[in-house]
Amino acid sequence: MLNIGIVHYLIVAALLFLIGMVGVITRRNVVIIFMSIELMLSAVNLNLLAFSRLYGLHGQVFAIFIAADAAAEAAVGLGILIAFFRNRATVNMDEVDLLKW
Amino acid sequence: MTPIATPFFFYFLSFIAVFSAIVMVVKVNPVHSALALIVTLLSSAGLYLMLYAPFMAAVQIVLYAGGILVMFLFVMMLVNIEQLYVEKMMNKQWIAALAATAVLAVLMLGALIHGAKTLPQHIVNLPENNNVQQIGLLLYGRNTGYYMFPFEIASLLLLVAVVGAVVMAKKRV
Repeated sequence: MLNIGIVHYLIVAALLFLIGMVGVITRRNVVIIFMSIELMLSAVNLNLLAFSRLYGLHGQVFAIFIAADAAAEAAVGLGILIAFFRNRATVNMDEVDLLKW
Repeated sequence: MTPIATPFFFYFLSFIAVFSAIVMVVKVNPVHSALALIVTLLSSAGLYLMLYAPFMAAVQIVLYAGGILVMFLFVMMLVNIEQLYVEKMMNKQWIAALAATAVLAVLMLGALIHGAKTLPQHIVNLPENNNVQQIGLLLYGRNTGYYMFPFEIASLLLLVAVVGAVVMAKKRV
């Protein structure tokens, strides 16, 4: 237990991913759902970096791609959030039903 | 290669990361959640440093904690958060959601327990002092640039995302 291996990092990444998943599927505030998605992406990055410790530097390059994806996703998601708030004057996830007819 | 992953720093940073992630999920005010998320991202940047990924740690601090979270805080200023204190925090299906998360946790735990034996036992000797140079060679190198085309695709993705964000947040959609 005193020797920190790769599996320890994988367990921490799994915990962060599960906490982010709980935030995504239980909260009602859209902003906190976006932040939970960012937390899940960060957990995936931690996983990739832990595996790059075993398999070489390619995992770090993939982590950079995931960071770029996170930035794009946050930009588009917050744009959608602003458009939704302008139409409905709420950030409640349960009222996002414009496509549900 | 001398290990810098001492157990004290690992458990310290992991505890801070997991604890502030839980704080982020259970807080009502999204500003408090954003601050807790910043703490989580900074401590996971410390974990990246312990995994010999200094460039990714710097990207984590500059891009996530410095860029994306500031954008979140700006958006929180545009939407009102006063009514959140009188509404319920969780949605209606939170019991089923927690059950699904528990199932996924069991799945991940089984995968970790059974998959830990298949991992290679030796640790690759990652470059310590020219990490950024090695990553740049993987991205742009003449013979080693395996990721040049995906990098261009990522730039196209960012362009589309910027245009999409502007179109979404425009006055008349």
